[in-house]
Amino acid sequence: MPDTQTADETKQGLTVCDLSFRYGSKTALDAISFEVAPGRFCALLGPNGAGKSTLVALLTHLLVAPEGDIRIAGHDLRQHPRRALADLGVVFQQPTLDLSLTVRQNMAYFAALHGLPRRQTQARIDAALDRLGMGERAGEKVRALNGGHRRRMELARALLHEPKVLLLDEPTVGLDAAARQSITDHVHDLANQGLCVLWATHLTDEVRDADQMLVLHRGQILATGQTGDLRGDRTLSDWFLTQTEVPT
Amino acid sequence: MNGFWGAARAIMGREFLRFIHQRERFIAALVRPMVWLLIFAAGFRAALGLSIIPPYQTYITYETYIVPGLCAMVLLFNGMQSSLSLVYDREMGSMRLLLTSPFPRWWLLFCRLLGSTAISILQVYTFLALAGFFGITMPPLGYVTVLPGLVLGGLMLGALGLVLSSFIKQLENFAGVMNFVIFPMFFLSSALYPLWKMAESSPLLRDICALNPFTHVVELIRFLLYLQINWIALLWVVIWTILLCAAAVWGYDPARGLMKRKT
Repeated sequence: MPDTQTADETKQGLTVCDLSFRYGSKTALDAISFEVAPGRFCALLGPNGAGKSTLVALLTHLLVAPEGDIRIAGHDLRQHPRRALADLGVVFQQPTLDLSLTVRQNMAYFAALHGLPRRQTQARIDAALDRLGMGERAGEKVRALNGGHRRRMELARALLHEPKVLLLDEPTVGLDAAARQSITDHVHDLANQGLCVLWATHLTDEVRDADQMLVLHRGQILATGQTGDLRGDRTLSDWFLTQTEVPT
Repeated sequence: MNGFWGAARAIMGREFLRFIHQRERFIAALVRPMVWLLIFAAGFRAALGLSIIPPYQTYITYETYIVPGLCAMVLLFNGMQSSLSLVYDREMGSMRLLLTSPFPRWWLLFCRLLGSTAISILQVYTFLALAGFFGITMPPLGYVTVLPGLVLGGLMLGALGLVLSSFIKQLENFAGVMNFVIFPMFFLSSALYPLWKMAESSPLLRDICALNPFTHVVELIRFLLYLQINWIALLWVVIWTILLCAAAVWGYDPARGLMKRKT
Protein backbone atom coordinates (compact mmCIF):
# COMPACT_ATOMS: atom_id res chain seq x y z
CA MET A 1 0.00 0.00 0.00
CA PRO A 2 2.63 2.60 0.82
CA ASP A 3 4.15 2.21 -2.65
CA THR A 4 0.74 2.68 -4.27
CA GLN A 5 0.11 5.77 -2.19
CA THR A 6 3.43 7.24 -3.24
CA ALA A 7 2.71 6.59 -6.90
CA ASP A 8 -0.72 8.21 -6.58
CA GLU A 9 0.76 11.22 -4.85
CA THR A 10 3.36 11.63 -7.57
CA LYS A 11 0.60 11.61 -10.16
CA GLN A 12 -0.82 14.72 -8.49
CA GLY A 13 2.48 16.47 -9.12
CA LEU A 14 4.40 16.80 -12.36
CA THR A 15 5.39 13.87 -14.56
CA VAL A 16 7.43 14.12 -17.75
CA CYS A 17 8.05 11.01 -19.80
CA ASP A 18 10.35 10.59 -22.83
CA LEU A 19 9.93 14.19 -23.88
CA SER A 20 11.81 15.25 -27.00
CA PHE A 21 11.75 18.44 -29.02
CA ARG A 22 13.63 19.72 -32.06
CA TYR A 23 13.92 23.09 -33.74
CA GLY A 24 14.40 21.90 -37.30
CA SER A 25 17.45 19.65 -37.20
CA LYS A 26 18.64 20.93 -33.82
CA THR A 27 17.66 18.78 -30.84
CA ALA A 28 16.61 20.93 -27.90
CA LEU A 29 15.40 18.12 -25.63
CA ASP A 30 16.28 14.47 -26.02
CA ALA A 31 13.93 11.95 -24.39
CA ILE A 32 13.94 13.46 -20.91
CA SER A 33 11.90 11.94 -18.08
CA PHE A 34 11.39 13.02 -14.49
CA GLU A 35 8.79 13.30 -11.75
CA VAL A 36 8.18 15.89 -9.08
CA ALA A 37 5.84 14.92 -6.25
CA PRO A 38 3.52 17.31 -4.38
CA GLY A 39 5.31 19.00 -1.49
CA ARG A 40 8.66 18.89 -3.29
CA PHE A 41 10.81 21.78 -4.43
CA CYS A 42 12.64 20.61 -7.53
CA ALA A 43 15.43 22.78 -8.89
CA LEU A 44 15.92 22.47 -12.63
CA LEU A 45 19.53 23.48 -12.94
CA GLY A 46 21.19 24.04 -16.25
CA PRO A 47 23.55 26.45 -17.99
CA ASN A 48 22.29 28.83 -20.65
CA GLY A 49 21.16 26.91 -23.73
CA ALA A 50 20.59 23.69 -21.81
CA GLY A 51 16.96 23.47 -22.93
CA LYS A 52 15.27 24.92 -19.83
CA SER A 53 13.24 27.52 -21.72
CA THR A 54 12.11 24.91 -24.25
CA LEU A 55 11.03 22.64 -21.40
CA VAL A 56 9.11 25.52 -19.80
CA ALA A 57 7.42 26.30 -23.14
CA LEU A 58 6.40 22.64 -23.46
CA LEU A 59 5.12 22.44 -19.88
CA THR A 60 3.01 25.56 -20.40
CA HIS A 61 1.63 24.34 -23.75
CA LEU A 62 3.19 27.22 -25.67
CA LEU A 63 4.87 24.45 -27.64
CA VAL A 64 3.68 20.90 -28.20
CA ALA A 65 6.19 18.08 -28.42
CA PRO A 66 5.68 15.47 -31.11
CA GLU A 67 7.12 12.83 -28.75
CA GLY A 68 6.67 12.24 -25.05
CA ASP A 69 4.06 12.91 -22.39
CA ILE A 70 3.50 15.56 -19.75
CA ARG A 71 1.09 15.10 -16.84
CA ILE A 72 0.21 18.04 -14.62
CA ALA A 73 -1.64 17.13 -11.41
CA GLY A 74 -2.68 13.90 -13.09
CA HIS A 75 -3.95 15.51 -16.29
CA ASP A 76 -2.37 14.63 -19.62
CA LEU A 77 -1.39 17.96 -21.18
CA ARG A 78 -1.91 16.65 -24.70
CA GLN A 79 -5.30 15.06 -24.06
CA HIS A 80 -6.70 17.55 -21.54
CA PRO A 81 -4.81 20.82 -21.88
CA ARG A 82 -7.54 22.88 -20.20
CA ARG A 83 -7.59 20.75 -17.06
CA ALA A 84 -3.81 20.58 -16.94
CA LEU A 85 -3.34 24.35 -17.40
CA ALA A 86 -6.00 25.05 -14.78
CA ASP A 87 -3.80 23.29 -12.22
CA LEU A 88 -0.59 25.00 -13.29
CA GLY A 89 0.77 28.28 -11.97
CA VAL A 90 3.58 29.89 -13.94
CA VAL A 91 6.09 32.67 -13.36
CA PHE A 92 7.89 33.26 -16.64
CA GLN A 93 11.45 34.49 -16.89
CA GLN A 94 10.25 37.44 -18.94
CA PRO A 95 7.80 39.68 -17.05
CA THR A 96 4.22 39.28 -18.26
CA LEU A 97 2.68 42.34 -16.64
CA ASP A 98 0.72 45.17 -18.19
CA LEU A 99 2.63 48.16 -16.88
CA SER A 100 -0.16 50.62 -17.58
CA LEU A 101 -2.63 48.76 -15.33
CA THR A 102 -2.72 48.64 -11.55
CA VAL A 103 -1.64 45.60 -9.57
CA ARG A 104 -5.29 44.74 -8.88
CA GLN A 105 -6.30 45.16 -12.54
CA ASN A 106 -3.47 42.85 -13.62
CA MET A 107 -4.55 40.27 -11.06
CA ALA A 108 -8.22 40.55 -12.03
CA TYR A 109 -7.32 40.08 -15.71
CA PHE A 110 -5.45 36.89 -14.86
CA ALA A 111 -8.30 35.67 -12.65
CA ALA A 112 -10.74 36.08 -15.54
CA LEU A 113 -8.37 34.27 -17.90
CA HIS A 114 -8.52 31.36 -15.47
CA GLY A 115 -12.30 31.45 -15.20
CA LEU A 116 -12.47 32.45 -11.51
CA PRO A 117 -15.95 33.65 -10.52
CA ARG A 118 -16.09 37.45 -10.20
CA ARG A 119 -17.54 37.36 -6.69
CA GLN A 120 -14.49 35.41 -5.47
CA THR A 121 -11.89 37.38 -7.38
CA GLN A 122 -11.43 40.40 -5.12
CA ALA A 123 -11.15 38.31 -1.96
CA ARG A 124 -8.63 36.02 -3.61
CA ILE A 125 -6.59 38.93 -4.92
CA ASP A 126 -6.46 40.50 -1.46
CA ALA A 127 -5.44 37.21 0.14
CA ALA A 128 -2.77 36.48 -2.49
CA LEU A 129 -1.27 39.97 -2.23
CA ASP A 130 -1.35 39.95 1.57
CA ARG A 131 0.54 36.65 1.66
CA LEU A 132 3.38 38.31 -0.21
CA GLY A 133 3.20 41.61 1.68
CA MET A 134 1.84 43.41 -1.37
CA GLY A 135 -1.63 44.29 -0.06
CA GLU A 136 -0.91 48.01 0.23
CA ARG A 137 0.22 48.21 -3.36
CA ALA A 138 -2.95 46.81 -4.93
CA GLY A 139 -3.99 50.19 -6.29
CA GLU A 140 -0.59 51.20 -7.67
CA LYS A 141 0.29 51.11 -11.34
CA VAL A 142 2.72 48.26 -12.03
CA ARG A 143 5.01 50.75 -13.77
CA ALA A 144 5.64 52.35 -10.36
CA LEU A 145 6.80 49.09 -8.72
CA ASN A 146 10.44 48.07 -8.41
CA GLY A 147 11.71 44.79 -9.86
CA GLY A 148 11.35 42.85 -6.60
CA HIS A 149 7.77 43.94 -6.07
CA ARG A 150 6.86 43.15 -9.68
CA ARG A 151 8.22 39.63 -9.21
CA ARG A 152 6.35 39.17 -5.97
CA MET A 153 3.22 40.34 -7.70
CA GLU A 154 3.75 37.81 -10.50
CA LEU A 155 4.19 35.10 -7.90
CA ALA A 156 1.00 36.17 -6.10
CA ARG A 157 -0.78 36.13 -9.44
CA ALA A 158 0.48 32.64 -10.31
CA LEU A 159 -1.05 31.37 -7.06
CA LEU A 160 -4.38 33.13 -7.47
CA HIS A 161 -6.19 30.11 -8.94
CA GLU A 162 -4.68 27.77 -6.32
CA PRO A 163 -2.66 25.60 -8.68
CA LYS A 164 -1.29 22.21 -7.67
CA VAL A 165 1.92 22.64 -9.66
CA LEU A 166 4.00 25.84 -9.68
CA LEU A 167 6.52 26.43 -12.43
CA LEU A 168 9.05 29.25 -12.18
CA ASP A 169 11.51 30.03 -14.95
CA GLU A 170 14.53 31.88 -13.56
CA PRO A 171 12.24 34.05 -11.44
CA THR A 172 15.00 35.94 -9.64
CA VAL A 173 16.90 37.20 -12.68
CA GLY A 174 17.73 40.89 -12.28
CA LEU A 175 16.73 41.09 -8.60
CA ASP A 176 18.92 42.23 -5.71
CA ALA A 177 20.10 39.74 -3.07
CA ALA A 178 17.36 40.56 -0.55
CA ALA A 179 14.55 40.20 -3.09
CA ARG A 180 16.04 36.94 -4.38
CA GLN A 181 16.27 35.53 -0.87
CA SER A 182 12.73 36.58 -0.04
CA ILE A 183 11.23 34.96 -3.12
CA THR A 184 13.31 31.80 -2.83
CA ASP A 185 12.31 31.39 0.84
CA HIS A 186 8.64 31.97 0.09
CA VAL A 187 8.54 29.36 -2.66
CA HIS A 188 10.33 26.84 -0.44
CA ASP A 189 7.62 27.49 2.16
CA LEU A 190 4.95 26.87 -0.46
CA ALA A 191 6.54 23.52 -1.31
CA ASN A 192 6.61 22.63 2.40
CA GLN A 193 2.89 23.36 2.50
CA GLY A 194 2.26 20.75 -0.22
CA LEU A 195 2.72 22.54 -3.54
CA CYS A 196 4.69 20.81 -6.30
CA VAL A 197 7.37 23.29 -7.41
CA LEU A 198 9.66 23.22 -10.44
CA TRP A 199 12.19 26.08 -10.23
CA ALA A 200 14.35 26.52 -13.33
CA THR A 201 17.58 28.36 -12.65
CA HIS A 202 21.28 28.54 -13.34
CA LEU A 203 22.05 30.07 -9.92
CA THR A 204 23.25 27.38 -7.54
CA ASP A 205 22.79 29.48 -4.37
CA GLU A 206 19.01 29.25 -4.78
CA VAL A 207 19.07 25.47 -4.27
CA ARG A 208 19.03 23.80 -0.82
CA ASP A 209 20.41 20.42 0.11
CA ALA A 210 16.96 19.00 0.82
CA ASP A 211 15.68 20.02 -2.61
CA GLN A 212 15.20 17.59 -5.44
CA MET A 213 17.47 18.54 -8.33
CA LEU A 214 17.56 17.90 -12.06
CA VAL A 215 20.61 18.91 -14.03
CA LEU A 216 19.77 19.62 -17.65
CA HIS A 217 22.59 19.98 -20.13
CA ARG A 218 22.44 20.02 -23.92
CA GLY A 219 18.88 18.74 -23.87
CA GLN A 220 19.57 15.76 -21.65
CA ILE A 221 19.27 15.10 -17.94
CA LEU A 222 22.78 14.68 -16.59
CA ALA A 223 21.88 14.01 -13.00
CA THR A 224 18.84 13.73 -10.77
CA GLY A 225 18.38 13.21 -7.05
CA GLN A 226 18.52 15.05 -3.74
CA THR A 227 20.88 18.00 -3.95
CA GLY A 228 22.86 17.16 -0.78
CA ASP A 229 23.43 13.60 -1.96
CA LEU A 230 24.52 14.68 -5.42
CA ARG A 231 27.01 17.35 -4.42
CA GLY A 232 28.58 15.31 -1.59
CA ASP A 233 31.21 17.37 0.21
CA ARG A 234 31.75 19.80 -2.66
CA THR A 235 29.99 23.09 -3.08
CA LEU A 236 27.03 22.87 -5.41
CA SER A 237 28.64 25.44 -7.64
CA ASP A 238 31.83 23.36 -8.07
CA TRP A 239 29.89 20.15 -8.56
CA PHE A 240 27.61 21.80 -11.15
CA LEU A 241 30.54 23.28 -13.09
CA THR A 242 32.23 19.89 -13.21
CA GLN A 243 29.07 18.28 -14.50
CA THR A 244 28.47 20.80 -17.22
CA GLU A 245 31.99 21.81 -18.24
CA VAL A 246 32.70 21.62 -21.95
CA PRO A 247 35.70 19.38 -22.79
CA THR A 248 38.53 21.38 -24.43
CA MET B 1 -20.17 29.30 -19.62
CA ASN B 2 -19.80 32.11 -17.07
CA GLY B 3 -16.05 31.57 -17.16
CA PHE B 4 -16.06 31.97 -20.94
CA TRP B 5 -17.91 35.29 -20.74
CA GLY B 6 -15.73 36.40 -17.86
CA ALA B 7 -12.63 35.79 -19.95
CA ALA B 8 -14.24 37.57 -22.91
CA ARG B 9 -15.10 40.58 -20.75
CA ALA B 10 -11.56 40.70 -19.36
CA ILE B 11 -9.84 40.45 -22.75
CA MET B 12 -12.11 43.04 -24.36
CA GLY B 13 -11.91 45.26 -21.29
CA ARG B 14 -8.14 45.19 -21.44
CA GLU B 15 -8.23 46.18 -25.11
CA PHE B 16 -10.44 49.16 -24.21
CA LEU B 17 -8.24 50.18 -21.30
CA ARG B 18 -5.21 50.02 -23.55
CA PHE B 19 -7.01 52.07 -26.17
CA ILE B 20 -8.03 54.70 -23.61
CA HIS B 21 -4.44 54.94 -22.39
CA GLN B 22 -3.25 55.58 -25.95
CA ARG B 23 -4.97 58.87 -26.77
CA GLU B 24 -2.55 59.50 -29.62
CA ARG B 25 -3.79 56.31 -31.29
CA PHE B 26 -7.38 57.54 -31.17
CA ILE B 27 -6.45 60.96 -32.53
CA ALA B 28 -4.33 59.42 -35.30
CA ALA B 29 -7.17 57.08 -36.20
CA LEU B 30 -9.42 60.10 -36.74
CA VAL B 31 -6.93 62.48 -38.30
CA ARG B 32 -5.97 59.97 -41.00
CA PRO B 33 -9.40 59.63 -42.67
CA MET B 34 -10.21 63.30 -42.06
CA VAL B 35 -7.09 64.32 -43.98
CA TRP B 36 -8.23 62.12 -46.87
CA LEU B 37 -11.76 63.46 -46.66
CA LEU B 38 -11.05 67.17 -46.34
CA ILE B 39 -7.78 67.59 -48.24
CA PHE B 40 -7.29 64.72 -50.68
CA ALA B 41 -10.96 64.60 -51.69
CA ALA B 42 -11.07 68.37 -52.17
CA GLY B 43 -8.17 68.17 -54.61
CA PHE B 44 -9.58 65.17 -56.45
CA ARG B 45 -13.15 66.40 -56.72
CA ALA B 46 -12.47 68.30 -59.93
CA ALA B 47 -10.20 65.68 -61.48
CA LEU B 48 -12.44 62.67 -60.95
CA GLY B 49 -15.90 62.71 -62.50
CA LEU B 50 -18.34 60.18 -61.09
CA SER B 51 -21.33 58.71 -62.84
CA ILE B 52 -24.43 57.44 -61.08
CA ILE B 53 -23.61 53.97 -59.81
CA PRO B 54 -25.42 51.77 -57.29
CA PRO B 55 -26.23 52.30 -54.49
CA TYR B 56 -26.44 56.00 -55.33
CA GLN B 57 -29.62 57.36 -56.97
CA THR B 58 -28.16 60.71 -58.02
CA TYR B 59 -24.81 62.32 -58.72
CA ILE B 60 -22.80 62.54 -55.55
CA THR B 61 -19.76 64.53 -54.53
CA TYR B 62 -16.42 62.82 -54.39
CA GLU B 63 -16.33 63.38 -50.61
CA THR B 64 -19.54 61.39 -50.29
CA TYR B 65 -18.13 58.65 -52.50
CA ILE B 66 -15.01 58.05 -50.43
CA VAL B 67 -16.68 58.00 -46.98
CA PRO B 68 -17.34 54.19 -47.07
CA GLY B 69 -13.75 53.61 -48.22
CA LEU B 70 -12.47 55.73 -45.37
CA CYS B 71 -14.66 53.83 -42.88
CA ALA B 72 -13.05 50.64 -44.17
CA MET B 73 -9.65 52.32 -43.93
CA VAL B 74 -10.26 52.93 -40.23
CA LEU B 75 -11.09 49.22 -39.84
CA LEU B 76 -7.99 48.25 -41.83
CA PHE B 77 -5.59 50.43 -39.86
CA ASN B 78 -7.07 49.37 -36.55
CA GLY B 79 -6.77 45.71 -37.56
CA MET B 80 -3.10 46.31 -38.32
CA GLN B 81 -2.70 48.26 -35.07
CA SER B 82 -4.11 45.26 -33.26
CA SER B 83 -1.62 43.06 -35.09
CA LEU B 84 1.17 45.39 -34.01
CA SER B 85 0.07 45.24 -30.39
CA LEU B 86 -0.04 41.43 -30.57
CA VAL B 87 3.56 41.37 -31.79
CA TYR B 88 4.42 43.86 -29.03
CA ASP B 89 2.68 41.63 -26.46
CA ARG B 90 4.68 38.67 -27.69
CA GLU B 91 7.96 40.54 -27.45
CA MET B 92 7.06 41.91 -24.01
CA GLY B 93 5.91 38.50 -22.80
CA SER B 94 2.29 39.30 -21.97
CA MET B 95 1.09 37.14 -24.86
CA ARG B 96 2.24 34.13 -22.83
CA LEU B 97 -0.24 34.97 -20.12
CA LEU B 98 -3.06 34.87 -22.64
CA LEU B 99 -1.92 31.68 -24.35
CA THR B 100 -1.44 29.75 -21.10
CA SER B 101 -5.03 30.37 -20.05
CA PRO B 102 -6.98 27.11 -19.78
CA PHE B 103 -9.64 28.41 -22.17
CA PRO B 104 -9.48 27.17 -25.78
CA ARG B 105 -7.06 29.23 -27.81
CA TRP B 106 -9.63 29.92 -30.54
CA TRP B 107 -11.88 31.49 -27.91
CA LEU B 108 -9.07 33.68 -26.55
CA LEU B 109 -8.18 34.86 -30.05
CA PHE B 110 -11.82 35.45 -30.92
CA CYS B 111 -12.30 37.59 -27.79
CA ARG B 112 -9.25 39.60 -28.72
CA LEU B 113 -10.67 39.99 -32.21
CA LEU B 114 -14.03 41.15 -30.84
CA GLY B 115 -12.32 43.71 -28.61
CA SER B 116 -10.32 45.10 -31.50
CA THR B 117 -13.43 45.20 -33.71
CA ALA B 118 -15.44 47.05 -31.07
CA ILE B 119 -12.70 49.69 -30.86
CA SER B 120 -12.65 49.96 -34.66
CA ILE B 121 -16.39 50.56 -34.75
CA LEU B 122 -16.15 53.25 -32.10
CA GLN B 123 -13.57 55.00 -34.27
CA VAL B 124 -15.70 54.65 -37.43
CA TYR B 125 -18.74 56.22 -35.77
CA THR B 126 -16.62 59.07 -34.44
CA PHE B 127 -15.30 59.58 -37.98
CA LEU B 128 -18.85 59.53 -39.42
CA ALA B 129 -19.90 62.10 -36.82
CA LEU B 130 -16.98 64.34 -37.77
CA ALA B 131 -17.79 63.92 -41.47
CA GLY B 132 -21.38 64.89 -40.69
CA PHE B 133 -20.11 67.96 -38.89
CA PHE B 134 -18.44 68.99 -42.17
CA GLY B 135 -21.70 68.43 -44.06
CA ILE B 136 -21.01 64.97 -45.48
CA THR B 137 -23.98 62.97 -44.32
CA MET B 138 -25.62 59.63 -45.11
CA PRO B 139 -29.29 58.61 -44.86
CA PRO B 140 -30.08 58.69 -41.10
CA LEU B 141 -31.09 55.02 -40.95
CA GLY B 142 -27.87 54.14 -42.81
CA TYR B 143 -25.89 54.84 -39.66
CA VAL B 144 -27.76 51.93 -38.05
CA THR B 145 -27.90 49.52 -40.98
CA VAL B 146 -24.15 49.85 -41.57
CA LEU B 147 -23.37 48.36 -38.16
CA PRO B 148 -23.44 44.65 -39.19
CA GLY B 149 -21.15 45.50 -42.13
CA LEU B 150 -18.73 47.27 -39.81
CA VAL B 151 -18.74 44.27 -37.46
CA LEU B 152 -18.10 41.84 -40.28
CA GLY B 153 -15.48 44.02 -41.94
CA GLY B 154 -13.80 44.65 -38.58
CA LEU B 155 -13.69 40.92 -37.86
CA MET B 156 -12.24 40.17 -41.30
CA LEU B 157 -9.52 42.81 -41.12
CA GLY B 158 -8.83 42.03 -37.45
CA ALA B 159 -8.42 38.36 -38.37
CA LEU B 160 -6.00 39.42 -41.09
CA GLY B 161 -4.06 41.26 -38.39
CA LEU B 162 -4.02 38.11 -36.25
CA VAL B 163 -2.68 36.05 -39.15
CA LEU B 164 0.01 38.63 -39.87
CA SER B 165 1.02 38.79 -36.22
CA SER B 166 1.62 35.05 -36.24
CA PHE B 167 3.97 35.52 -39.21
CA ILE B 168 5.85 38.61 -38.04
CA LYS B 169 8.81 37.71 -35.90
CA GLN B 170 9.78 41.15 -34.62
CA LEU B 171 8.32 44.61 -34.25
CA GLU B 172 10.94 45.91 -36.66
CA ASN B 173 9.38 43.85 -39.45
CA PHE B 174 6.12 45.72 -39.11
CA ALA B 175 7.11 48.39 -41.60
CA GLY B 176 6.94 45.66 -44.25
CA VAL B 177 3.29 45.13 -43.39
CA MET B 178 2.60 48.76 -44.23
CA ASN B 179 4.30 48.48 -47.60
CA PHE B 180 3.12 45.04 -48.64
CA VAL B 181 -0.31 44.74 -47.04
CA ILE B 182 -1.97 48.01 -46.04
CA PHE B 183 -1.06 50.21 -49.01
CA PRO B 184 -1.77 47.62 -51.77
CA MET B 185 -5.02 46.59 -50.08
CA PHE B 186 -6.18 50.18 -49.81
CA PHE B 187 -5.11 51.49 -53.20
CA LEU B 188 -6.12 48.36 -55.13
CA SER B 189 -9.71 48.70 -54.03
CA SER B 190 -12.83 50.72 -54.69
CA ALA B 191 -12.15 52.93 -51.66
CA LEU B 192 -10.91 55.93 -53.64
CA TYR B 193 -12.26 55.32 -57.14
CA PRO B 194 -15.00 53.11 -58.60
CA LEU B 195 -13.92 49.97 -60.40
CA TRP B 196 -15.26 51.15 -63.78
CA LYS B 197 -12.92 54.14 -63.50
CA MET B 198 -10.00 51.82 -62.80
CA ALA B 199 -10.95 49.66 -65.84
CA GLU B 200 -10.55 52.70 -68.08
CA SER B 201 -6.84 52.80 -67.32
CA SER B 202 -6.14 49.09 -66.76
CA PRO B 203 -8.54 46.14 -67.00
CA LEU B 204 -5.96 44.01 -65.16
CA LEU B 205 -5.86 46.41 -62.23
CA ARG B 206 -9.63 46.45 -62.21
CA ASP B 207 -9.68 42.64 -61.95
CA ILE B 208 -7.16 42.72 -59.12
CA CYS B 209 -9.29 45.30 -57.32
CA ALA B 210 -12.37 43.11 -57.81
CA LEU B 211 -10.57 40.17 -56.17
CA ASN B 212 -9.26 42.24 -53.27
CA PRO B 213 -11.36 41.37 -50.19
CA PHE B 214 -10.94 44.94 -48.95
CA THR B 215 -12.93 46.14 -51.99
CA HIS B 216 -15.82 44.00 -50.80
CA VAL B 217 -15.62 45.39 -47.28
CA VAL B 218 -15.84 48.88 -48.81
CA GLU B 219 -18.80 47.93 -51.01
CA LEU B 220 -20.60 46.16 -48.19
CA ILE B 221 -20.31 49.31 -46.08
CA ARG B 222 -21.24 51.57 -49.02
CA PHE B 223 -24.47 49.68 -49.76
CA LEU B 224 -25.46 49.30 -46.10
CA LEU B 225 -25.00 53.02 -45.55
CA TYR B 226 -27.68 53.47 -48.23
CA LEU B 227 -29.96 50.79 -46.76
CA GLN B 228 -29.12 48.20 -49.41
CA ILE B 229 -27.28 44.89 -49.36
CA ASN B 230 -24.57 43.97 -51.84
CA TRP B 231 -24.92 40.19 -51.65
CA ILE B 232 -21.73 39.41 -53.54
CA ALA B 233 -19.72 41.66 -51.23
CA LEU B 234 -21.40 40.10 -48.21
CA LEU B 235 -20.62 36.57 -49.38
CA TRP B 236 -17.03 37.50 -50.22
CA VAL B 237 -16.46 39.12 -46.81
CA VAL B 238 -18.04 36.19 -44.94
CA ILE B 239 -15.84 33.70 -46.80
CA TRP B 240 -12.69 35.72 -46.16
CA THR B 241 -13.59 36.21 -42.48
CA ILE B 242 -13.95 32.46 -42.03
CA LEU B 243 -10.74 31.71 -43.93
CA LEU B 244 -8.70 34.30 -42.04
CA CYS B 245 -10.09 33.23 -38.64
CA ALA B 246 -9.15 29.64 -39.45
CA ALA B 247 -5.67 30.74 -40.56
CA ALA B 248 -5.25 32.73 -37.33
CA VAL B 249 -6.19 29.73 -35.19
CA TRP B 250 -3.74 27.63 -37.22
CA GLY B 251 -1.03 30.25 -36.87
CA TYR B 252 -1.40 30.28 -33.09
CA ASP B 253 -1.70 26.49 -32.73
CA PRO B 254 1.26 25.39 -30.61
CA ALA B 255 1.57 22.06 -32.41
CA ARG B 256 1.25 23.10 -36.02
CA GLY B 257 1.40 26.82 -36.34
CA LEU B 258 4.04 29.42 -36.75
CA MET B 259 4.35 30.10 -33.01
CA LYS B 260 6.58 27.03 -32.97
CA ARG B 261 9.42 29.15 -34.27
CA LYS B 262 9.37 31.89 -31.72
CA THR B 263 7.88 31.30 -28.27
